[in-house]
Amino acid sequence: MRIDPEKAKALPIRSIEADVERGRLRFFAKAVGQTDPIYSDVDAARRAGHPDLPVPPTFFFSLEMDDPDAFSFLADLNIDLGRILHGEQSFTYHSLAYAGETLLLKSRIADVHTKKGGALQFLVKHTDITRPTGEPVAEAEFSLAISHPEVTS
Amino acid sequence: MTTTTEIAVGTELPPLRVTPISRATLALFAGASGDHMPIHIDIDAAKKFGYDDVFAHGMLSMAYLGRLLTDWVPQEKIRSYRVRFTAVTPLHAEPTCTGRVTAIDDGIAIVELTVTLADGTVTLRGDATIDLT
Repeated sequence: MRIDPEKAKALPIRSIEADVERGRLRFFAKAVGQTDPIYSDVDAARRAGHPDLPVPPTFFFSLEMDDPDAFSFLADLNIDLGRILHGEQSFTYHSLAYAGETLLLKSRIADVHTKKGGALQFLVKHTDITRPTGEPVAEAEFSLAISHPEVTS
Repeated sequence: MTTTTEIAVGTELPPLRVTPISRATLALFAGASGDHMPIHIDIDAAKKFGYDDVFAHGMLSMAYLGRLLTDWVPQEKIRSYRVRFTAVTPLHAEPTCTGRVTAIDDGIAIVELTVTLADGTVTLRGDATIDLT
């Protein structure tokens, strides 16, 4: 089913309050083969001038996944999981975040656009990540490509 | 790690070759990243969706490219980082991450980034901006 851009952009997405945990950052470092000790060893991080383990550049996406219903907006839009692929991902950084912090993630569907004569639709989700004080930490944006094989261009 | 004063247009980042992607790699990354999409960890789900087998999360390759960047400059120097996923990464693929400085303007370097598999397939293209000040 094709996505109605106006309906998508009006869809409310639940905000997330995410606790950044040391153990989770260590697990992430292991999973991506990270060998730089500042991402897994608090003493090494402190020796490098950090207050705790830094949140690595792409981990903000994982904080979005902290909501067990992170992709419920796809169901709300009747999008079949088998027809989506991650198209693009971007991050803008304002300040480093660290283990032990609580971060707020507020998301919205920022855009829906079409390519290949309608055979592909792109849904763009934008997330602002801040400290509870409102201080900006990062912005994340992902674009999902949704195929509509029934459309032949 | 490079000091940012040594960075010039044409500077190539030391390439990062990662070990071949196994099912264990994908299981660990699913848990650690929080992306539990079954298409990456469950062969039955992958087949149901028309794929021969599971394939790697795009964000795993983006994390590898992130390692390329933070091995090169301190993370606080990275101002932005974006990628386009151009092909899926199959099981057993051997990704290599590369980067090259293509422009420097007003103290900000633009690094073009690529992940390429052993057979030449480009799976990610992107760029990052690095604060040189």
